[in-house]
Amino acid sequence: MTEALDMVVPVPQTKSQGIALIKLLPAGFWAALPILALLILGFLAPLLMVLLFSFMPRGSFSPFGIPTLENYIDIFTQKFYISFGWSLFLAAISTFLLMIVSYPLAVAIKKAAPKRALILTLLIVAPLFVAENIRLQGWVFFLDKAGVLDGSVKHMTGFEIGSLVTNVPAIVFGIVYIYLPFMLFPMIMGLANVPPDVKEAAADMGATKWQMFRDIELPLAAPGILIGSLLCFVISLGAFSESKFLGKGVLVTIAQDIESAFTFGQNWPRGSALSVLVILLAGSAVFLAMRKIDLEKMLGRSQ
Amino acid sequence: MSATPILQLDKVDKFFNDVVAVERVTLDIAEGEFFTIVGPSGSGKTTLIRMLVGMDKPTNGDILLRGERINDVPANQRPTCMVFQSLALFPHMSVGENVAYPLKCRGLDKAARRKRAEECMLLAHLPTDYYDRPVTKCSGGERQRVALARALAFDPDILFFDEPLSALDYKLKKLLEKELKDIQRETGKTFIYITHSLEEAMVMSDRIGVMNMGRMVQIGAPRDIYRAPKNRFVSEFMGEVNVLPVKAEAGQLRCESLDTLFKVPPGKEAIDGTLVVRPEDMRFVNGAEPENGVVAGEGFNEYLLGSRIQYQVRAGEMTFLVEKQRDSAPPEVQSKLTFSPENSMLFAE
Repeated sequence: MTEALDMVVPVPQTKSQGIALIKLLPAGFWAALPILALLILGFLAPLLMVLLFSFMPRGSFSPFGIPTLENYIDIFTQKFYISFGWSLFLAAISTFLLMIVSYPLAVAIKKAAPKRALILTLLIVAPLFVAENIRLQGWVFFLDKAGVLDGSVKHMTGFEIGSLVTNVPAIVFGIVYIYLPFMLFPMIMGLANVPPDVKEAAADMGATKWQMFRDIELPLAAPGILIGSLLCFVISLGAFSESKFLGKGVLVTIAQDIESAFTFGQNWPRGSALSVLVILLAGSAVFLAMRKIDLEKMLGRSQ
Repeated sequence: MSATPILQLDKVDKFFNDVVAVERVTLDIAEGEFFTIVGPSGSGKTTLIRMLVGMDKPTNGDILLRGERINDVPANQRPTCMVFQSLALFPHMSVGENVAYPLKCRGLDKAARRKRAEECMLLAHLPTDYYDRPVTKCSGGERQRVALARALAFDPDILFFDEPLSALDYKLKKLLEKELKDIQRETGKTFIYITHSLEEAMVMSDRIGVMNMGRMVQIGAPRDIYRAPKNRFVSEFMGEVNVLPVKAEAGQLRCESLDTLFKVPPGKEAIDGTLVVRPEDMRFVNGAEPENGVVAGEGFNEYLLGSRIQYQVRAGEMTFLVEKQRDSAPPEVQSKLTFSPENSMLFAE
């Protein structure tokens, strides 16, 4: 890769020092420099700031005070683990439900003729053009007491459903609804790794539909399913709007705690300490999944 | 061979919308036979085999297995098995897991599976210490053997092959062709093989069915197909041939572009059509009086084809191919050609 790029760099005849410096490092490095700078400034620097702040005394607004562990101790003494627990629970159950909901859809899109698959894909992507909060508020209007659903049913039958929001299942529903594309598309990519003739061969060997699914389709599509699950788990760990809109305070997620620490609470070190824990949690989920499962082997490319 | 055919096809058609893929194929295949369906790409042979395996349903006609109609029986309920062109090995499994998969589907326990799988691996000339090797680490030839062993483990009544050897190099292909024939003899199973190479078909088969444009053009033993092709398509499908357009004239055949009269092949009547002569049946005229018409031309090329030499001779606008054994003396004159009437084939097309 770098060799090919090296050849693209023009080498003028002049022996200026500037040229020598450019030649000192491979062309790939120079090509990557802009994005590297952006990542350092936009990603690594804020992360370091958060890390520094998390060790500052309560209520401090400077990252350069005397380091302390009191914020981390507060997390456990002030029962922040409850919101951690809720977030983990929501992320786990949503990811599981997303897997179940997306799988048949992914299979159907994979099977559909290219034109129909495109239409289906567009239909699934289209809601992403509308802001998440607006869509969630739409669901509130639909599901709330005297909302579209309750109102219509009451008008037609006289029977009152009442409010379907302000509960945990409504929050889970919101998360599953919002993050569906993040599970679906990696899953479709995973299913694309299952050659149709391999499935036919399994059927020819006498495999039942269930055996075919368990022994052939699932293991071969696993990388895609795993990536989708990881994506959904990590982003729903930071889910926020769903519990705010559909939960209306029935529970507090860790993202809400972090937000209120930074804004309402004006306690940046506490918000930072909570953030660091979320990052560690998400990071270790990714790390574990990637270590446990050999993607190359699953893709049949191991050599 | 038993008296009742193991597989019968009765006027089988397959249409895709308006496209006719297979048309009125009628065929009986005997138990223990090595039958090869051969034809150019697009001749319908893959469509035909997919129906025989159960992956497609015929539009019309019947497929009978031991006398029972199996048109609508899906692939996983048929006692038949196919080796795919792509081999379709399970890439996430080891060699042994691949071979043992049909046994796993049948619910055999692990020890029994391994025992039977190893037997099949040996039959397909795969060492049993390959059992735990990932199938992705096998070479092309080894993969062929894995696919074959897996199909043998299924223990099918009929084993189908969809051009599995087409991607291999020549030497390996020849070796595997012979091994396949040996395995077929050893197991006594019915093999149905499809290929576009008549050469491959000749080596292995008891009988060959030649397909063209969805129809079964000729069925017969390799020797019969070689000696007596039914029409011009079959004769040309055998390999390079010399084709002479002829017209009937006074009980003989006139090739107008050469302005030469040829004798009618024995047992045939003079008709307008084409005369087909194989390159190895052409010979140079030196001295002796020829019994047939002579083509006067000019030799301009020689090719060494392994054990034979091919000469190209130009006569008017036509180019003739002549093949001789390599160790035979080089022809003194490379200009005058002839052939025996009994070695020529006359077709009305």
